[in-house]
Amino acid sequence: MIEIKDLHKSYKMGSNSLHVLKGINFTVDEGELVAIMGSSGSGKSTLLNILGMLDVADSGEYNLDNVPIKNMNETKAAQYRNKFLGFVFQSFNLINYKTALENVALPLYYQRVGRKERQEKALKYLDQVGLKEWAEHLPNELSGGQKQRVAIARAMAAEPKVLLADEPTGALDSTTSYEVMDLIQKINDQGNTILIVTHEQDIANMCKRIVHLKDGVIIEDKKIKQVRAQQYV
Amino acid sequence: MFSRDRWKEIIEVLTSNWFRTVLTAFGVFWGISILIILLSAGKGLENGIKQDFGDIATNTMFMWTRSTTKAYQGLPMGRRFRFKIEDVQSIRNNVPNLRYVSPRNQLGGFRGGNNVVRGLNAGAYNVYGDYPEIINQDPMTVTSGRFINYNDINDKRKVAIIGNGVRSDLYDKDEEVIGTYIKIQGVNFLVVGTYKKKSNNGDGEEGQKEIYVPFTAFSQAFNQGNNVGWMAITAHDGSSISSLKEGIINVVKTKHKIHPEDNRAVGYFDLYEQYNRVESLFGALKAVAYLVGIMVLLSGIIGVSNIMLIVIKERTKEIGIRRALGEDPWSIKKQILMESIFLTIISGMAGIIFGSLFIYIVNTILDAVGPVDMFINPSVNLGVVVVALLILMVSGLLAGFIPAQSAIKVRPIDALRTD
Repeated sequence: MIEIKDLHKSYKMGSNSLHVLKGINFTVDEGELVAIMGSSGSGKSTLLNILGMLDVADSGEYNLDNVPIKNMNETKAAQYRNKFLGFVFQSFNLINYKTALENVALPLYYQRVGRKERQEKALKYLDQVGLKEWAEHLPNELSGGQKQRVAIARAMAAEPKVLLADEPTGALDSTTSYEVMDLIQKINDQGNTILIVTHEQDIANMCKRIVHLKDGVIIEDKKIKQVRAQQYV
Repeated sequence: MFSRDRWKEIIEVLTSNWFRTVLTAFGVFWGISILIILLSAGKGLENGIKQDFGDIATNTMFMWTRSTTKAYQGLPMGRRFRFKIEDVQSIRNNVPNLRYVSPRNQLGGFRGGNNVVRGLNAGAYNVYGDYPEIINQDPMTVTSGRFINYNDINDKRKVAIIGNGVRSDLYDKDEEVIGTYIKIQGVNFLVVGTYKKKSNNGDGEEGQKEIYVPFTAFSQAFNQGNNVGWMAITAHDGSSISSLKEGIINVVKTKHKIHPEDNRAVGYFDLYEQYNRVESLFGALKAVAYLVGIMVLLSGIIGVSNIMLIVIKERTKEIGIRRALGEDPWSIKKQILMESIFLTIISGMAGIIFGSLFIYIVNTILDAVGPVDMFINPSVNLGVVVVALLILMVSGLLAGFIPAQSAIKVRPIDALRTD
């Protein structure tokens, strides 16, 4: 599903440049649940941004579902993001003047799905995250956990090939974190490929594979026995 | 383009800060109102001035004789001369593109004594000896009977067409006019028609107190021989009388042995030139109105652009989210442009309505207090409104352009990082 070869990325900081990713190689197969771990500054967010086509690598190859991601203009990148990728952010990033339902329907709108079909689909995904009753509420009327579940529903609505989550539990307390992880595991059980960036060990343990990043290189990549979040909820 | 969701969003964004939106809209509203009011005030002035020209064919000159100021071919300076009836034919033969050349003679005039008598009534009127064409040059409406015709000219019939002012002076209210006789300087003329003139300027009253008789009958009755008092000459629509007048005057000079450089021997009044001067004055006035109006509008538009920039700044993160979700940049640009155009057009329409309402009220007041000198019926026509709307559309586009550009210039990753 995801194939990365010798990925390099550096940022210019005034006169000196900061080499953030120093040759990353890894592949992710369909249906995997991968945690990318590392301390701050290890390059894990940069890697996720490049995977999410929000940022461009300096050199190296990146294939997503056998499509080379290279030399894209913004319009093309937007199309690919919409079709292939779903994003979940640490700070939820819901649009706060739109209701939960409208937020979930947004990616479908960009796919030019008809209004009625859009509403139905969005409602279906809201139902999957257990927030059907909250459809007409604005984000600021929801709790943190609820917001993140709306965000997950939104990411899933476009039926992406890969779900990218940047510290999805970073702003939540542990009980809510486990609820969210439970949801993510269930989505993974349905066969969806998911990448999670986190620095919390217990969250990483709930994935199926942990990739450890340090100073821009992968120092460890191991499959683990998944801890189900269900038991903590 | 006209999707419900897009419009819903436009309304949401613009109504999220009512006070700010209204203040911004006011700039555009005010600009377009001023444009409309200025243009219609100019139109009112134009209507007022042009009314003074009445219905007179504007491509016309009047020409009369004065005394010569240069000696020529053995003739002394200071010599007086008169136009002759033959001059008319030579002008027609030598100068092309003339529509009417009307010789005229006149009796009476400013503060003249009583020259017309009917029974016990008498009055002082201008009496003109004219050809039938004069009705095309100085239009009047024949209200009863008929005007002069060529049979009158050829037979030198002593008939007269009198103005409604003359009629009310000399006749009782319900008296039959046609077929009666009036005595002009002791000569009886048969009244065959009455007329009314539309000209509404200072001497509007005077215009109704004139008497027209056939040129030939006038010459015979009042011993004018073949003299012509003055001429009214109208050119064809394609050519201006101003460019032809040199040729006309030269013909007359040759016939009357006047020094070619004697510029004062033939007097004339070029109505077309006057009319053109007024026309170009109003052209300039209109240009000034547009300039001032658009300048005021411009500051309103800069306000809109400014607010749009602030809105973009506030929504940077939202735009980042949308792009991460896969909205293409062009769609975002379109959204911002539509917001700005919508805002300008709505406020502009309000401005147009306000301006028109203002004009309507001014008109009502003008109607109520009676006519004001040189200011009649200020109005804007549909063309101006369409032009104003076009200006609004373009300016809305311009106002949104820079903000839209800056909105998609931010990379989605940077946009997401802002708080």
